[in-house]
Formats: sequence, C-alpha cells, structure tokens
Amino acid sequence: MSGPVFVGLDIGSSRTKVAVIDAGRRVLGHAVRKSGTDFSATAAACLDESLEMAGTRRDGIAGAMSTGYGRANVAFVTTQSKTEIGCLSRWGRDRFHEAVTIIDIGGQDNKVIKLDADGRRASFKMNRKCAAGTGAFLEEMSMRLDIPLEAMDGLARQSLEIVKLGSYCTVFSATEVLENIRHGKKVTDIVKGLFYSVVKRVLEMDSHAGRVVMTGGVVAHNPYIVEMAGEMVGRPVVLPDFPQLAGAIGAALYALDETDPTGIRNDIPAGETNG
Amino acid sequence: MAEEKKATRKKIQAADRMNKIMADYFYGLNEAATTGKRKVAWCTSVGPAELLQALGFAVHFPENHAAMLGATRMSTDLIPEANAIGYSPDICSYLTADIGAYLKGITPLAKAYPGIQSVPKPDVLVYNTNQCRDVQDWMAWYSKKLGVPSIGVTSPKNVNDVTDAHIDDVTRQIEALIPPLEAIAGVKLDMDRLRETVSLSRECTELWKRVLETSIASPAPLTFFDGTIHMGPAVVLRGTREAIDYYKVLLAELEQRIRDGVGAVDGETSRIYWEGMPVWGRLRQHSELFANLKSTVLASTYCSSWIFPSFSGIDPIRSMAKAYLELFIVRSDRYKEGYIKEMLEKFRIDGIIYHDAKTCPYNSNSRYGLPGRVEEETGVPSLVISGDLNDLRCVSDEQTKTNIEAFIEQIAEGR
Repeated sequence: MSGPVFVGLDIGSSRTKVAVIDAGRRVLGHAVRKSGTDFSATAAACLDESLEMAGTRRDGIAGAMSTGYGRANVAFVTTQSKTEIGCLSRWGRDRFHEAVTIIDIGGQDNKVIKLDADGRRASFKMNRKCAAGTGAFLEEMSMRLDIPLEAMDGLARQSLEIVKLGSYCTVFSATEVLENIRHGKKVTDIVKGLFYSVVKRVLEMDSHAGRVVMTGGVVAHNPYIVEMAGEMVGRPVVLPDFPQLAGAIGAALYALDETDPTGIRNDIPAGETNG
Repeated sequence: MAEEKKATRKKIQAADRMNKIMADYFYGLNEAATTGKRKVAWCTSVGPAELLQALGFAVHFPENHAAMLGATRMSTDLIPEANAIGYSPDICSYLTADIGAYLKGITPLAKAYPGIQSVPKPDVLVYNTNQCRDVQDWMAWYSKKLGVPSIGVTSPKNVNDVTDAHIDDVTRQIEALIPPLEAIAGVKLDMDRLRETVSLSRECTELWKRVLETSIASPAPLTFFDGTIHMGPAVVLRGTREAIDYYKVLLAELEQRIRDGVGAVDGETSRIYWEGMPVWGRLRQHSELFANLKSTVLASTYCSSWIFPSFSGIDPIRSMAKAYLELFIVRSDRYKEGYIKEMLEKFRIDGIIYHDAKTCPYNSNSRYGLPGRVEEETGVPSLVISGDLNDLRCVSDEQTKTNIEAFIEQIAEGR
C-alpha cells in the first residue's frame, strides 16, 4: 500500500475500533480491542494493528478523525473529532443512497438515527440513562447465566419456545431470569428472550422509516438479533459488512472529507466500497 | 470539536449590582426573622407574593432556595435525607433538596451571606398549585414541622383559554387568603398599597421581558444561562422598586451590546431554544459546552415564565388571578405548542432542546408528543435530553454532551 490513508478511531465505552480507508473509501485495515482503562494505549495498539493490515505505517496517514466516549484521548494521532452519531450518519450517507434508519447497539448506549433520501440526518435519539437494550445488558446476563457472550447467538438460534421478559430494568430482568431458571425453563429459550428484550428496547425508541440497518458490536457478534428485528419490523433488516466498524469508518470518511472538501471522491458508487 | 478548550463566559457588568440587591434581600429576610420586626411568609414562586408584600411580610421563596441548593451542587447529597423519611426520589427534587437541607440544618445562604445561619423561620406558608401539586406537599411538611399555617390557592390546570370562570375561581381563593393573612400580619390590607405593589410587579416583568427580548438580536447579547441567574430579582423582588431599577441597568447594558454587535457567545452560528428547567448544577458546564460549539441558547420558556402582562393596579386581585393562570405551566399542550411556535419564530431559532427532568413532569413538555408536533409544523429540529433540575444522579454528562454536540452538528449539516 503506497497511497495516503485515512483513519477513523472510535473509542467506545466497551470497545475501541479503528478503520483505515484509502482515498477511494475502501476499507484497507481494521482492528477492535477492549477499550480498557487506558484509552490512548488501546487506540495506539488498534491503530498500529490496522495500519499493518493496510500495509502502511503512521507516516502514511493523510487524515484522522476520532469519535466515541474517548474521542479526546487520542491526541497522539488527531485532535479532530465528531460525535458517534455524526460518524454513523456519515457512514450511512456513504453506504446507502436512500432513506435509512440506522439502529446502533453499543456497549452502553443505543442510537437510532434517521437519514433522509439525500443522506441528511433528519433526527436521532439515544437511549435514556439506562442499560436496557445495550451490550452491557447482555454482558450482565451472560454472567448471570454463566455462559460466554460469544455462545449466546448459537444458543438463541436453538430456542423453540421463547421466554419473554417483562421488565426493562437490567436488575429486574436478572431477577426474572433467575425465576425462569427456577421454573425449569431452558437456557436457550431464556437467551432468545434476552435477545427479544434487546430488540424490543431498541425498536421502541423511535419509528423506523425507510430501510432499517443495524450496526454496533452487539449485532456484529449476535446476528440473530438482526433477524429477530426484521421479523418484528416486518421487513428485512440490513446487517452491513463491518457492522462494528460503522462509526470508525464514518470517522475515516470525515477525515477524508477534510482533505477533500469538494466531496468529489464521494461520487464513487457505494457498491464499489467495502464499507 | 475534540479540543477540550474552554470558552469563557462574558461577564455581565450589571451582575455586581444584582448581587448587591440580592444580598440586601437575603439580609433583610434574615433580619425580619431574627428580630421579629417583620412577619415572614414563605411563598411558592408564582404564588400571591404581591398580596404578601402589600401586607408587609418579608417573603422567602423556597423554590429560589432549592435552586441555590442545585446551583451549589449541594442538592444531590441532601435529597437522600428527604428520601429516607418517605419522600420519593421520583418527586420534585426542589422539594426533596430543600427538606433535606432543613433536616441537615444547612443552607447555601450561610456561605454566600456571612452572618446568615439558616433560612428565615416562617410565620405562614403560602402556595399556589399553578406550578404543581408538589408545592402544596412541600409547604405541608414545613407546616407540620414548624407548627405554622399553610394556606394557598388550588389552581386549575391544563387550561386552554383562561376564562372568566377560571379567573373568578382563583380571585375568590386569593380573597379568602386575606383574612387569615391579615390576622398573622396584624394589619389590615391597604388596597392602595396592593395596587402599587401589583403595578410595580407589572413594571418589573415588562422590563424583564424587554431584557429577554434583546436576544432577538443577532448575535444574541444574553444567554439562557445568564438569564437563569439574572431572573433572581424578577422572582424574589417583583413588586419592589429595586427590581425595576436593576432591570433598567441590565437592559441598558444589553442594548449597548447590541449596538456594539457584541454577542454573549463569540461567533454565534446557531440559535437554540431551551424548553424546560435548567440543570442547576451544570449551568457553567452547559454554558461552556454551547459556547465552544458557537451556539447560543438564547431563549427559553423557563426564563419567560416570569413575564406577567396581566398584572394591573386597577383591579389588582383579579389581575393577579389572571396573571397566575396565564402562566405557561398552567396551560394545555394546545396552548403550549402555539406559544413555543411563536417563540421559535420570534427568536429565529435553529433548534429546540427539551430537557426531560426526571423529577419534574410539570416542566417536562416532551412526554406527550409535543416535540414531534412542533417539529412537524415548524421544521425546527428538536432534541430531548434526559436530566434533572437538582438531582445530579439523574444526569449523565457524557450522554448530554454527545447529544448536544450531535444536535449542533445536525443543525450545521442541515444548512
């Protein structure tokens, strides 16, 4: 790789994601790690890993943009930042040329972002100060059920009879889960119930205009949630490539925009990109 | 946006004068309570303060005190004191903070005004439920605790058009307060004095309106965050000459800013309306957040709630009743939507932020679909943020920041 690259760093509450794109908006490299307690160190490790994957080094970076909770902690590579909502919108505008509703399920918050047919952000909503429907909810429940997070998707798919949970409080849900275990309900059915709860929480945040797309780490690792969402919305829900990287790719696109204010490169059809 | 640079707030020169008259007010209250020279009444913020002043009471406003508890960030530690005696964390955090402070025997007045040790002990507690039911419960607690009477007005709520029937009702209730208040004050009501007091209140609120309307100018010379502080005299000193004199000085300064083209925020690029209560413990942070984003929060329902165009010295009691009923918080969503739409147009607003205050449903107008209806009709984008007026346990700073930054981005990108 010899051309300049553009980097997006999404320092989330749970995971740090880095995407490296070229001037043609193709994803050349990427990395995801637990954010941990040292955001800068994690971001640096992710950056170098993704640059290596892209076949370049830090001196090949032509522009960088950060986003996420730790966006102010990566001054070693950039002091420019945008909100996660802005970056997801930028990604959505690049990827879809129609009205879309982007539903992002992150570690600690959910976002529903609506873009109009021209890619303009029409509105957005974040979850209220509550873990319901977030990755943190599933993490808590995986601990309660003593099953690895990565096993949940497979378990939910085996369910034949969903166990629905009524509460949207994580603590109350945990009590309900224990109650269901006590009554001999199957773990597979309980896990599907947890997924159902996540989907309900995010779908009830807003209405769903246009094409519905889901992003974030939770759907990247649990694609069954997207299938369930499609059933509940009544039409297929899109699970894009690199769902967990959508915000980082959006940040990288902003970095590219900064060096290309005319937006000429944005005329490349979305289908020719990997994002 | 990444740089955590701090925008400095432009100081309003008149603030020193305001601080002086507010200090005089609090020392006056303290003197009344400690010497017994004047009787002390506690009054809810849009209760019949004019009547109390005309009867010679020194008037303390518990809501003002509660806001001070919030602004000094004392409230979050005090609220649990009230929770522990049965007052839920879900009810008004003004009430719980204020009662909590009383239970702990502390007040921000003691720090701000050396020599004052406590809130002034009341001789009577007077409420108007035009704000909410909580004010009645609040006064009821003190009534039992301190052994003083709690009397007041039970107001109609969710009013579309204020009718004669509504005004008759509240007028009779205010009139019914006069005999017990006269008995406590030890004087007969002097109607001429009441007329004068109501006329002064009218003059005060007209000036306050003109102060707020300076922000029609672009750049706006005054922010919502300044307004929440400078409304102090309109809240606690309406009906007095001091408040009027103060607002003349403040108005002159703001008009000078307009002539000089000086905005409260340097490089104003977007104009924001704030609907709902301030987050008292985050005034500075929010002010700086918006200033860094080159956005001016320049108009609000909250600061405008102390404008009472119906006050009239000609028929003072009836005019008080009408003024207290015309208050935004008393009105139906139909009225509120019309009001907000007018404000958005008048102040040329780019975006409206609704603060959904966890413990204040009465001042949270985002819960019955109003933001969507207003946005649909005006095209002005809206954002709802979750928080609280006094209970910082209900506030997520990072979520607030992300929401507001994303909203300002959206406004900029929509142009």
